[in-house]
Amino acid sequence: MTDTMPQQRATAALERSALVQAYRTMRTIRAFEDRVHDEFATGDIPGFVHLYAGEEASATGVCMHLDDRDAIASTHRGHGHCIAKGVDPRTMMAEIFGRATGTCKGKGGSMHIADLSKGMLGANGIVGGGPPLICGTALAAKQAGDGGVGVAFFGDGASNQGTTLEAMNLASVWNLPALFVAENNGYAEATAAGWSVAADNIADRAAGFGMPGVIVDGFDFFAVHEAAGEAIARAREGGGPTLLEVKFTRYYGHFEGDGQAYRADEVAEAKRSTDCLLRFREHVTATGRVPESELDDVDAAVTALIDESVTQARQAPKPAADQLTTDVYVSY
Amino acid sequence: MARTINYREAISEALAQEMDRDQRVVVMGEDNAGGAGAPGSDDAWGGVMGVTKGLYDRFPGRVLDTPITESAFVGAAIGAATRGLRPVAELMFIDFLGVCFDQIYNQAAKFRYMFGGEAVTPVVIRTMYGAGLRAAAQHSQALYPIFTHIPGLKVAVPSNPYDAKGLMTAAIRDDDPVIFCEHKAMYEVTGEVPEDAYALPLGEAEVVRDGDDVTVVAIGRMVSVAEQAADQLAGDGISCEVVDPRTISPLDTDTILESVEHTGRLVVVDEATPRCNLATDISATVAKEGFGALRAPIEMVTAPHTPVPFSDALEDLYVPDAQRVANAVKATVGYERSGA
Repeated sequence: MTDTMPQQRATAALERSALVQAYRTMRTIRAFEDRVHDEFATGDIPGFVHLYAGEEASATGVCMHLDDRDAIASTHRGHGHCIAKGVDPRTMMAEIFGRATGTCKGKGGSMHIADLSKGMLGANGIVGGGPPLICGTALAAKQAGDGGVGVAFFGDGASNQGTTLEAMNLASVWNLPALFVAENNGYAEATAAGWSVAADNIADRAAGFGMPGVIVDGFDFFAVHEAAGEAIARAREGGGPTLLEVKFTRYYGHFEGDGQAYRADEVAEAKRSTDCLLRFREHVTATGRVPESELDDVDAAVTALIDESVTQARQAPKPAADQLTTDVYVSY
Repeated sequence: MARTINYREAISEALAQEMDRDQRVVVMGEDNAGGAGAPGSDDAWGGVMGVTKGLYDRFPGRVLDTPITESAFVGAAIGAATRGLRPVAELMFIDFLGVCFDQIYNQAAKFRYMFGGEAVTPVVIRTMYGAGLRAAAQHSQALYPIFTHIPGLKVAVPSNPYDAKGLMTAAIRDDDPVIFCEHKAMYEVTGEVPEDAYALPLGEAEVVRDGDDVTVVAIGRMVSVAEQAADQLAGDGISCEVVDPRTISPLDTDTILESVEHTGRLVVVDEATPRCNLATDISATVAKEGFGALRAPIEMVTAPHTPVPFSDALEDLYVPDAQRVANAVKATVGYERSGA
């Protein structure tokens, strides 16, 4: 599935600083998720967490095209989207630990991290909950005439939800500046996408909604970046929505604690041969665009940031009792 | 001489005045203009009951027809509200909440809390409820208690044209999600309505009739039913105080409790089915907070625990009427404590 042509075209357009930024974002997501995996195993993280490791090229490749005009909706597997849209990993970690210093003051948790000031409309505990909302953010951008777009990330599971299909239809009918990113990681919980998605590809469904459908190798940052860039540019210019299917696999289970008896050993193979960070690093160093040492510096800085986020989160207070009943309404 | 218009016109006027006042207000729903893509008029309907008629030409680009896709357009209204618009979406019949409820109760209602107090979602969802038009089981329910149950939502149930205009204006200006429930049998009801824009506070009940013997709290269209009963009972020397909560979330329990303090008796009239409805909710509150004032058991007049029937012979039995309210009032007045 890997196409080297998009890599060459996209890298030609990306400055060194942008390449380093892309690497930093993907590395931050990976380090964040690996660390949440370890911390969850200590028993100190309450509730459910769903990790994005392996899928970093998708959030990063799409969100690098976005700015403050643009809003995204995410999924239960939302940490990567948050980081890629600029949410602070330190407040995110505190949120996941249920602390008052968290992004949502400890009231949301992993599945509801949001930062509206960054256009991050929330991770979402409801599969298929986000796409209709993005029709609205895209409508608001269209009414404002500011060139903004709405991006709905959703999984192969949500690709079978009526809300997702309805949202794609409405986005075409209203010619909205929207991008639907189907992150097909092969499994909806424990059920294989090849079984649950009746079409050969999720992107094939785009034809039924009168929009372009594009399939990319989700382990290839450059392929995602280029395809998303084309779709977002078209949307900004009034050309309507696109369905982008990003194919990869997730490195952890559906949630932490998932024994994953339904899987083969595709994760080990992916980590060895197709991993997005591995391939990105090999490519940019081999072509001389970014020196190895600069990427090593990023790795070190990210490690320090994630260490700091965990240390701060563990030391932070939990929400005070009076927080139970606040923030329900603006006024009541 | 005050001007008289009907309930439909009152809501429509509030929409028009707020759209005029605030560019961020947009209206969307199935056939809200009516005729999109069709060979005839683009503005054929103005909504299935004509409430949005005339807005399409007056506010170009701000009255949006939608496909029949409640999840998508209700969700779109909610998403747009988080990004600067103040949408009014029409969920044609309240019975259709089943095909879009997630966007309302899991998304809009919870954003502010889940996101730590940062989210502001100023969306209004207009929806039509109630029996009486022989519209049968899936187009006639009084499902407003379901919305009332959800923290994060406000729920208005205007009982007359004056309140309908004032509450719609308030709903649009409010920064929280508001479910605005219009009774489908009331659109032709007329009343005095000022021409200028005005907003009624959400969460303030109105004592629509003063009385001394029994407090009758009634919801939405049941307010007029309660007033009919009160007229009838006045002839029997029974004086009813009729209280219209106007919004059921927030609910003005203070006004209800003050009235019960005065009368010592309570009848609640609610068109909803009897389990977990406004009648049970208000009764429970008064039983707890106003127990000392009660001189008789509380009476509840509601629909039966059944779907809404089609045949007029059955539907007329389903909806609470003035006679049933009067009977309930008489039961409370005639109650005598035994064995005490």
